[in-house]
Amino acid sequence: MADIAFLLLIFFLVSTTMDVDTGIYKKLPPIPEKQETPEDIKVKKRNVLAILVNRNDELLVNGELLDISQLREKTKEFILNPNNSDELPEKQVKTVPYFGDVMVSKGLVSLQNDRGTSYEMYIRVQDELAIAARELKDEKAMSKWGKVYSELDKEQQDAVKKYVPMAISEAEPKNVGGKR
Amino acid sequence: MSKFRKEGGKELPEISTASLPDIVFMLLFFFMVSTTMRDVELNVSYLQPQAKELTKLEKKDLVSNIHVGVPLRKYQKTFGTESRIQLNDQFATVDDIQSFIASEREARKEELRNKLTTSLKVDRYTKMGIIVDIKQELRKASALKLNYSALQGADEN
Repeated sequence: MADIAFLLLIFFLVSTTMDVDTGIYKKLPPIPEKQETPEDIKVKKRNVLAILVNRNDELLVNGELLDISQLREKTKEFILNPNNSDELPEKQVKTVPYFGDVMVSKGLVSLQNDRGTSYEMYIRVQDELAIAARELKDEKAMSKWGKVYSELDKEQQDAVKKYVPMAISEAEPKNVGGKR
Repeated sequence: MSKFRKEGGKELPEISTASLPDIVFMLLFFFMVSTTMRDVELNVSYLQPQAKELTKLEKKDLVSNIHVGVPLRKYQKTFGTESRIQLNDQFATVDDIQSFIASEREARKEELRNKLTTSLKVDRYTKMGIIVDIKQELRKASALKLNYSALQGADEN
């Protein structure tokens, strides 16, 4: 009995791995059905946070050279626009369940990287944006229910998501001064 | 001979091994539950990037992996030291991805096919060019659920 069990045990030890897969989950946009004329959705300049990453892993956010550690604050400021500045995104009144009529930002984050950008940098930028989004949601959830976002139920989460939308659009890559 | 046997009478009684199967079975079940089958032999080595905002990948059977990394030393003569794509057991090019996704879909039950997630396991020093190409191919194959595999990084701020 013990022999058989040992045999099985050793088999499973050898043939299996313990690692859990973790990662950043993303949904890709589907390819447009037809080759339409370039989309006519014009977005005002103040509503866009343009993040460019070049092949030297340097960050240009709305024409300003930034360090990766500043990106999170910049993104949060962009979405919240606390002082209703003319430079930052417009807001529009929307009705959100639980919150009532609130001012929702029209901001859009646009991310573009070079073919020479390193994968590590790309992930770090994605990560910072994800953290910024999560912190904004946590803030709203905290002030309303006194709980963090992940502890809310589905409907409450949807409401918070509507309140602080985080739209990230990834532009088709440029090939600026780099070989494939 | 019997002279020696008499001395043996004072020895400690042997430890009972009757409970040994129980212990071993317990270990066995522990490993069976907590581990997963190793899927492929890796031909590339990669060091995953670190990130803080991670989600766990549930349902391993609905995940298909694409590895991108530096070929192992024994393959470097033929494939070089630049990052390469590995699908299943072999090196592949970007053009193979669509058929790879098709065959991965084929292997799943019909009702689960649109729930397939693609997990990109990429070396952190890879250039984005190759990733962008892969993403384009995945979009063409309408495999839109994507997971950038990353490790839990230390939270420094």
